[in-house]
Amino acid sequence: MKLNERSVAHYATCDSPADHAGFLRQRVERHHHHAHHSTSYQRRWFVLKGNLLFYFEERDSREPMGLVVLEGCTVELCEAAEEFAFAIRFDDAGAKACVLVADGHAAMEAWVKALSRASFDYMRLVVRELEKQLEEACKSLAACRKSPRRSNSGRKRHLSNPALGPVQEKPAVLENGYCTWGSGGEPSGSPCPDRDGGYSKPPPLPPRRRSAGGSAAASPMPSLPLALQESPVSPETACFSKLHNWYGQEIAVLRREWLERQQRGNL
Amino acid sequence: MRYNERELLCLARQPAEKAAEVLMRVPKKGSVLKKRLVKLVVNFLFYFRTDEAEPIGALLLEHCRITKEEENVFSISFIEEPERKYCFECDSEEQCQEWIEALKRASYEFMRRSLIFYRNEIQKMTGKDPLEQYGISEEARFQLGTRKQ
Repeated sequence: MKLNERSVAHYATCDSPADHAGFLRQRVERHHHHAHHSTSYQRRWFVLKGNLLFYFEERDSREPMGLVVLEGCTVELCEAAEEFAFAIRFDDAGAKACVLVADGHAAMEAWVKALSRASFDYMRLVVRELEKQLEEACKSLAACRKSPRRSNSGRKRHLSNPALGPVQEKPAVLENGYCTWGSGGEPSGSPCPDRDGGYSKPPPLPPRRRSAGGSAAASPMPSLPLALQESPVSPETACFSKLHNWYGQEIAVLRREWLERQQRGNL
Repeated sequence: MRYNERELLCLARQPAEKAAEVLMRVPKKGSVLKKRLVKLVVNFLFYFRTDEAEPIGALLLEHCRITKEEENVFSISFIEEPERKYCFECDSEEQCQEWIEALKRASYEFMRRSLIFYRNEIQKMTGKDPLEQYGISEEARFQLGTRKQ
């Protein structure tokens, strides 16, 4: 089966931070004639990135020797002849486990922990859990803010305050390439080239939500399009990209207003 | 570069996030569009001949760029070689957009950024770190801000 090996090797060796790295000894079995085999342990430099465990002959090797895909595997301590040994076992019953030996107890523990949380599935589970929690947090925040005293004046101040961080920055192409925040604000469906930098900073923090919560209980602001009064965090907004684009739209509006005020000399 | 092909083949048999029959062209000289079954599983895109059970190949979707090309067509290329494009022609513009959206979200790195974003937002709103209850707040992969090696 083909694999985009050049790109995979590039991902292994590029600057993006590793989730864990260190020397480990890898058990290697060699088969000789007449079913006789020998076992040895080769010291290699291991780098964990996401759900991929790369190994290099030397720490400064320019290319990985190999790769272990860590999806659907279990990691466990194992009783090998070696101390501080652990094994990566795969779903596929016939597959051979990958046996690795750490330098000491702490190293072994750190590796086992890092590897057992390395799967894409696990990451996805945590993301979904946090998505739900964010939705819960927005809802309870909206419930707190229903008091009429706080509504209008707070929002007006918020809108006219040019000191909001993201509004003053030049709109940037986000590292994950979702949206180029042009001066007019681009529609969320517009096709943009994706640059998945992998090691970028988190997206710029958006201004506080004014009306968080699914209901239309908040009084509408005349300058905002109707769409922006709905919360982006709703059962339908399963994905980060929509949330992201939603924030982007609002920031585009705020920026336009801020620029207009600047031109009128109101700063 | 060695890799555990057996596990990758096993992964290719898992339920897919998304699968469809499309026309695909690889970035090789003289290559043409061919009918393929493509299947998205975690951060890999597997591609099969339509009548075969084992994939011809797999693309790891990290550090890749998904680009809308002409009508019904999108391409996948990789950061270090942006001109080498894997092209996919869909049945409709709608299908094309769906694949673009799905593939953009399919990398581990994208999910990591989403997680960090949500963690930060929840922390701002509630004052609490949502990962603490799971005992994973110190894990390198979940850290806020610029990650250091």
